[in-house]
Amino acid sequence: MNAFPAHALASTALEGIGQAFAAASGAQLSLSLAISALLFVIGLVGFMVRRNMIIMFLCTELMFQGAALAMITFARMHMDVSGQVFVIFILTVAAAEAALALGLVVLLHRRRETLSAEVWSDLGEA
Amino acid sequence: MITDFPIPQAVVAPELAWVGLALLLPLISAVLCVVCAAARLPGKLPAVFTVLALAASFVVVLRAYNAYSGPVQVPIFEWMSFAWGDGRFQQFTAPCALYIDSLTLFWMLFVTGLGTLIALYASEYMETEKGAGYARFFFGISIFLFAMSSLVMGDNLVMLYLGWEGVGLASYLLIGFDYQRPAAVAAAKKAFIMNRIGDLGLALGIFMLWANYGTLQYSQLFQAMNAGGQTVVDWDVSLIPFLLMLGAFGKSAQFPLFTWLPDAMEGPTPVSALIHAATMVTAGVFLIARMYPFFALHPEALATVAWIGGGTALLAATIGMAQYDIKRVFAYSTISQLGYMFLGLGVGTTYGACYHTFTHAFFKALLFLTAGAIMHGFAGQLDLRKLSGLRHIPGWRLVSWTMFIGCLWLAAFPYTAAFFSKDAILLKALTSARWDFVFLGWLGLFTAALTAYYTFRVWFRVCCGPVHFEPAADGHHGDASHDAHGHGSTHPAQGAHAVDHGFHPHAPKWAISTVLALLAIGTVAAGFPAYNEAFAHGSNWAQRMIAGSSAAAGAQPEEHAAESAAGETDHHAGHSTVLGMEAHTGLLVVGATASIGGILIAAYLHLLSRASADALRRALMGNWVTRWLPICMERKWFVDEIYHGLFRLPLWLGSQVLHFGDKHFLDGLLVDGIARVPIAAGKLFRPLYGGALQGYAVSMVAGVALVLAWMMWVWLRGFE
Repeated sequence: MNAFPAHALASTALEGIGQAFAAASGAQLSLSLAISALLFVIGLVGFMVRRNMIIMFLCTELMFQGAALAMITFARMHMDVSGQVFVIFILTVAAAEAALALGLVVLLHRRRETLSAEVWSDLGEA
Repeated sequence: MITDFPIPQAVVAPELAWVGLALLLPLISAVLCVVCAAARLPGKLPAVFTVLALAASFVVVLRAYNAYSGPVQVPIFEWMSFAWGDGRFQQFTAPCALYIDSLTLFWMLFVTGLGTLIALYASEYMETEKGAGYARFFFGISIFLFAMSSLVMGDNLVMLYLGWEGVGLASYLLIGFDYQRPAAVAAAKKAFIMNRIGDLGLALGIFMLWANYGTLQYSQLFQAMNAGGQTVVDWDVSLIPFLLMLGAFGKSAQFPLFTWLPDAMEGPTPVSALIHAATMVTAGVFLIARMYPFFALHPEALATVAWIGGGTALLAATIGMAQYDIKRVFAYSTISQLGYMFLGLGVGTTYGACYHTFTHAFFKALLFLTAGAIMHGFAGQLDLRKLSGLRHIPGWRLVSWTMFIGCLWLAAFPYTAAFFSKDAILLKALTSARWDFVFLGWLGLFTAALTAYYTFRVWFRVCCGPVHFEPAADGHHGDASHDAHGHGSTHPAQGAHAVDHGFHPHAPKWAISTVLALLAIGTVAAGFPAYNEAFAHGSNWAQRMIAGSSAAAGAQPEEHAAESAAGETDHHAGHSTVLGMEAHTGLLVVGATASIGGILIAAYLHLLSRASADALRRALMGNWVTRWLPICMERKWFVDEIYHGLFRLPLWLGSQVLHFGDKHFLDGLLVDGIARVPIAAGKLFRPLYGGALQGYAVSMVAGVALVLAWMMWVWLRGFE
């Protein structure tokens, strides 16, 4: 066990990740893109079929993460950090937006004593 | 004709600038009235200011009369002065200055004198308005006096025009004094609009005068006349008198433009007396008298004036015979008497016209003020069928007898002032060389008989006969409140059967009584110039006043006229008889017959046998041959209806067409049509936004899917 001291382990792990990234093949990138698409679709379908406003809100977060993952993947594919920078921004915005949206949901819930989005459909046209 | 009587040339007299106070004082009182209204001062303060200012300006005029020795031009300050070259037609000056000749003084004496008396009368008459419209009323009176002074005393036609429009404004404001009554508002608008038509003529006449003579100052215009500048007669020069007379006809309510004056009786009675009977409506006579040399150049212009005047006199008299509202009868008599004045101007006696203006101002103001006193005391009642026997009610004797004096004068009873002034006009017409003037003279005599009849119809109905009265039902002329306040100390005589037993008329108090008495004295005194000539063989003051002014051509004593107008003497020789008698005697006989005959007929129909008046009317109405006569007279010869058909109806129809086009084409098709495009587009997409949140998501997804599908298709096709 001593042959693998902690710092060596750590460095090995970092190296391994680095190598894993460096060695990431086209197939691995396709996989992470597929996961990103899956996350996005799950969020989309969830948003469309559910009525609970908190669930719908979580679904939008899922779609966010799907998009973010796609950006990281493309950043790796093109060896360009700007995609990752964007993701940091997205996370920040999403955090602020989550605070606002949850506040809204709380207010809406107070008005009608329910979380269903259907009770607010009278706000629309016609 | 003109050169025989040169117009006296005015001298510049700056030392007489104090006469300008006659203009300034009413203006100051107008400002003070505004201050009273703004500060909401209660009480009679506005009346006090106005009466004091008018009395002071009367004193100023009197002093100017005493100091008068010949026409003067008094510069006050430079008002308008433009020059765009050195030539004659390259400068325009209209200073604020006064042109004072005897005609000016003649007019100003009765304008300011009567203005003072009537303002005093109004201080009592309008007392129910204290606080509310009191200051507004006296503001109107002050502005009127300022404008009238500017009209009469102005040194040039621009100042005359300023005054001309100013009196029109004052008239409009005062007719519409009771602005909450639609009839008063309509009457005010009618007066204003009809006067605009005349004023257009006056304005064009003034433009043409400048274009032909290069100046609008009387002194220079008359100089050009004396110099014989009139011999060059161009077609546009001959238009000048016709345009000026259009303005005069509008202001003085003559034939085409007379229908506003009866309606103007909607205003408070002191206004009717001062503006619409005694002073403002004589502005047309003043204009023609002032510009007489320009009229005398064109015999046809004078003939037109004579025909319009004579025709209006008859027309208005026939209407006045069939009216039941006392003020309306007097209004038509004013139109009729103004017709006489224009007849006088037209046939060439400016003396007769101006003297008749003078006497008329007194007795007509008196008549209107008695009518106002009756209206004031009987809760606005003016229907002569509902008032009777006022003479027998204590407290109403003064009103009855002063009204009697006014009626005698209006009827031109022999040896009253109006008898002389009217005869001066008719004499000139009847002895004229022109057959149409002689015809107009006889027409005038016939009208005189009608005048005597309708005047005494009022007096016999209202002041004589059994005592009977009822208050107005509808609070006529906004005087409804009068029956609510104090009943005074008077009560109807025993046996009076007032229909409303709770109603007691209240007799006039000191201000109204004093003014009525003073005016009755003035009415009688107005005859002295004529009495002096007729009985004492002295000189006629009125004739001297007119003969010394720009209207000199028509005001010479007869011997002088006969000597000077040598060319006309032989014509006169053949015509200076009336019905075979010497002209003066003949006219005395004929005129007295007309006047007394009219009075006797009125006495029979309206005093001795009132039933026969109704029987006569029924007989006329029953026969289809004569039926038109009472109908036309009662309906005022349908003049209002004809104007309605000729002018108002086409304008109304045109406005309806334009309104239709505006509503349906401009507004409907263009404005609303364009607005409908986005509305329709919105309707198309509205179902997408039904309110279900998931629906929005689905449509977004569908949109994205469509875009993606299109991109895929492009991409795939690009690979082929």
